Amino acid sequence: MSYLKPGFSHPHHQQNNLGLYRKDYEGALSTLCAGCGHDSVSAAIVQACFEADVEPHRVAKLSGIGCSSKTPNYFLNHAHGFNSVHGRMPSVATGACMANRELIYVGVSGDGDTASIGMGQFAHVARRNLNMVYLVENNGCYGLTKGQDSATTDMGSVSKAGRASPFESIDLVALALQLGATYVARGFSGDKEQLVPLIRGALAHRGFAFIDIISPCVTFNNNPGSTKGYEYVREHMQAVGQADFIPVREEVTASYEPGCSVEVALHDGSVCLNKIDPELDISDRASALRLLDSYKERGEILTGLLHVDRDSEDLHDTLETADRPLRDLSEQDLCPGQVALDSINQSCR
Amino acid sequence: MVKATDTANPEYFHRVVDCQYACPAHTPVPEYIRLIAAGRYTDAYMINWESNVFPGILGRTCDRPCEPACRRGRLDQEPVAICRLKRVAADMKESVKARLPQPVQEKNGKRVALVGAGPASLTVARDLLPLGYAIDIYDEQPAGGGFMRSQIPSFRLPEEVLDEEVGYILDLGAVTHFNQRVNSLKGLLAEQYDAVFIGSGAPQGRDLQLPGRAEADANIHLGINWLASVAFGHTESIGKRVIVLGGGNTAMDCCRTALRMGADEVKVVVRSPRPEMKASPWEIEDAEREGVPMLQNHVPLEFVLEEGRLVGMRFDRVRPVYADDGRRTLVSLGEPPVLIECDDVCVAIGQDTAFPWIERDIGIEFDQHDRPIVDKASFQSSLGNVFFGGDAAFGPENIITAVAHGHQAAVSIDLLLRGQDVNLRPPPGTNLISQKMGLQEWTYDSAVAMDERYRVPHRDVAESLHNRKLEVELGFEAASAFREAQRCLNCDVQTVFTETKCIECDACIDICPTDCLTFTPKAETEKELRQVTRVPARNLEQPLYVSDDLPTGRLMVKDEDVCLHCGLCAERCPTAAWDMQKFLYHVTKAGEARAEEAV
Ligand SMILES: Cc1cc2nc3c(=O)[nH]c(=O)nc-3n(C[C@H](O)[C@H](O)[C@H](O)COP(=O)(O)OP(=O)(O)OC[C@H]3O[C@@H](n4cnc5c(N)ncnc54)[C@H](O)[C@@H]3O)c2cc1C
Ligand SMILES: Cc1ncc(C[n+]2csc(CCOP(=O)(O)OP(=O)(O)O)c2C)c(N)n1
Ligand code: SF4
Ligand code: SF4
Ligand code: SF4
Ligand SMILES: [Mg+2]
Repeated sequence: MSYLKPGFSHPHHQQNNLGLYRKDYEGALSTLCAGCGHDSVSAAIVQACFEADVEPHRVAKLSGIGCSSKTPNYFLNHAHGFNSVHGRMPSVATGACMANRELIYVGVSGDGDTASIGMGQFAHVARRNLNMVYLVENNGCYGLTKGQDSATTDMGSVSKAGRASPFESIDLVALALQLGATYVARGFSGDKEQLVPLIRGALAHRGFAFIDIISPCVTFNNNPGSTKGYEYVREHMQAVGQADFIPVREEVTASYEPGCSVEVALHDGSVCLNKIDPELDISDRASALRLLDSYKERGEILTGLLHVDRDSEDLHDTLETADRPLRDLSEQDLCPGQVALDSINQSCR
Repeated sequence: MVKATDTANPEYFHRVVDCQYACPAHTPVPEYIRLIAAGRYTDAYMINWESNVFPGILGRTCDRPCEPACRRGRLDQEPVAICRLKRVAADMKESVKARLPQPVQEKNGKRVALVGAGPASLTVARDLLPLGYAIDIYDEQPAGGGFMRSQIPSFRLPEEVLDEEVGYILDLGAVTHFNQRVNSLKGLLAEQYDAVFIGSGAPQGRDLQLPGRAEADANIHLGINWLASVAFGHTESIGKRVIVLGGGNTAMDCCRTALRMGADEVKVVVRSPRPEMKASPWEIEDAEREGVPMLQNHVPLEFVLEEGRLVGMRFDRVRPVYADDGRRTLVSLGEPPVLIECDDVCVAIGQDTAFPWIERDIGIEFDQHDRPIVDKASFQSSLGNVFFGGDAAFGPENIITAVAHGHQAAVSIDLLLRGQDVNLRPPPGTNLISQKMGLQEWTYDSAVAMDERYRVPHRDVAESLHNRKLEVELGFEAASAFREAQRCLNCDVQTVFTETKCIECDACIDICPTDCLTFTPKAETEKELRQVTRVPARNLEQPLYVSDDLPTGRLMVKDEDVCLHCGLCAERCPTAAWDMQKFLYHVTKAGEARAEEAV
């Protein structure tokens, strides 16, 4: 088995505006099962960061436990990383983000890591609107521990073990909408045309950007009867929020039928154009929730960008934290002395 | 609509093995390189011997059309040192005597005459002798080898190496008539040969008729005649200052030989700009290493004599001017002529075929350039039982081309003498076999070495100039040979796709280090497909591998251009839709198709 990637790239590969090649955003050779959807998500992250001219050393990759949570090792090997404990990535992300607001936080989690053991943490990081990208690589099972049903396994879905799941499933997109996430989308590992712009939008968004990515587990949950296998997802997927990510410095050339698109100005000035379902108002959570229900009733999987709060205030805004990272604050800043203390005390009288 | 690629056509995967495809004899290069890496030098030698007959000779002298074709050259690196690895097999092998065909005692009753004992004729002999043909070889030289003996200097090709490999063929039972020039083809045909093969080479050196040519004749030498005279020991010295005219490989051999014959100031003077010199870059490099300057853009005007003796040559300095269509003319700088002093001049400006000994009324047609009309596939002339090959067929080429011609001419002669149509060529033999050894394990070393090309060591210049028979290049050692062999990308281990297995998971696309793979909707033309590959497929020399429809209606398209044959796509494929399969392409030689018929 190969354990190293060859050093060659295509001789005509392109540089981005930082002078970096896509290869510069890659990581170690994956040890996941051949054909695992999670590897495609890593490739999509690589592509998105390359396209967005992200400086790799300005990214912090965070994860919990699971096959999905292993993936930060397989992309951006020049970035910071923290592989935390099962379901606890949100706390680590919160601490890191509070301490240093200047990094880009990319959390990668699984459906088990988020919807089972990590549910409590997930709820709070979403409602606090922490400025991060939160990706769930959702395969409807605990891949790492050999494919047990998870909290996102659809009722009636059959994994390789052969028994239909008897429980109602959790839809993380619906949950994120209800919990106040300010950028909410669903993608599919097998559709990078849709996924890469979704991740670019998430990177550009200020606040909690959540993407539920259906990412098949080829080994334990890609059999007939599973609702998270490649074939099933391809057949049932409806891409309504078909997003095109267009940085503001480029001219908008895509043309959509009038009434079928909206422009979304994100915090860095970039724009997401949506081929959109007329029923969806991208700024209205309730319309997204209604749409989710109606697609589910029809047995269809709704994907695309479903909600953005353009005026999102992230946790730093809310808490009025210092505008510089902690590490840049001097002793003088942190202990401003008697005069400052006196004036604070004075203000409380 | 673009159709799915027909990989059953033997030429499809053959094209992907760049080196083998470029080799006139289609030697299975990666196959023997892997054997060298495995230390199986004798096996590597025999693969070469079967295909190109002269591994030890070619491992030192081949024009190596394979190397510019090598895939590594398209990856911002130098090609694999294919030629020098061949030499390793020859240098390090054990005795091959037991593996060579044995002389056939029972002849088949057919007699074939070969004119010339160069590589073309020797190849015909090698292929026909084991089939029972009686072979008579005629050559006006005292020993076999043709130009390999008379032209290629010993410091590039030691006599022992030449003798060994020529010997392997003569020992198969050829009857040699050395020191015997054929002066009449009519006469030869009258001796009741069933077929005649003409491998007489291109023995006529071009001369340069300029003022002073006749008067200075004693000190003006036609390059190829002079080299032959040195090779056979008739010439042992030359003047101190020598001008070599011409920019081809013959000029390089002349200047380096002159240094070894006592000259201490040798200059190569060429009309054209240096980048257009015909000599192989490595030959120029070797001459320069020995201190020979290349003077470019000098058009010779006259030989200068004083008191009846050659004292120099005058040249007009020029500059190249290129027309829009790329055509070049040399325009005089208008300066006074430059005098370059010298004692001797070697004229090495090319050679031609010459057939004064072929009567024009015996049925062999010649074209307006006085070249015989020869079929490019069968090498048959307009006289059915007379065949041409090597330099004699289409003008000067090189050894490996002569060998390739020889193999095909032997096939034709065998067909003809068995009463079959020489135009029905036997198809190549192919074999395609999976290299899977287990889950994600391959029989070949799939890891891609990033090493730069290793250099072969050279003998010290002063020492090698001392003795014209001392070989300059020393060849790889076992360790450097191994490392160089590991640079080979195994382009014969093909990526083979089975669309019915593919679940379109993207794993192969994601992993491919050189972005060879793309899923794309169907397209009308290949041109369109070439635009939509992950990196536009601009190298039109390299094929696209297009699949049949996949369940989503898309196609898998692979641009073969810079595939590393690393096997990662197949390792990451969950369903083995991609597999790594070794493709062997074997040029069918005389008698081989017959063996199959018998089965
Ligand atoms: C100086 C020089 C250096 C070269 N170096 C290289 C090199 O490094 N690598 C390479 O690949 N190629 C090289 N070549 C080219 C190569 O030698 C020839 O292309 C090749 O030898 C051609 O093979 P052949 O069998 O067609 O004929 P040749 O090798 O030319 O053999 C023809 C033989 O026929 C004999 N002959 C001709 N007419 C008659 C007749 N009427 N009767 C009897 N015998 C006759 C000649 O004496 C000669 O021995 C070089 C050529 C020259 C001139
Ligand atoms: C505290 C704790 N409980 C249980 C486990 C066992 N465990 C490891 S991974 C995993 C589930 C992972 O599922 P998911 O997050 O969906 O990742 P996947 O492997 O499917 O990508 C579990 C239960 C653990 N490592 N730690
Ligand atoms: S077990 Fe499933 S989720 Fe884990 S690596 Fe294998 S395919 Fe991917
Ligand atoms: S073998 Fe496969 S992965 Fe490797 S370069 Fe070729 S197509 Fe790409
Ligand atoms: S890895 Fe295999 S199954 Fe997956 S897309 Fe490639 S060929 Fe198809
Ligand atoms: Mg999971």
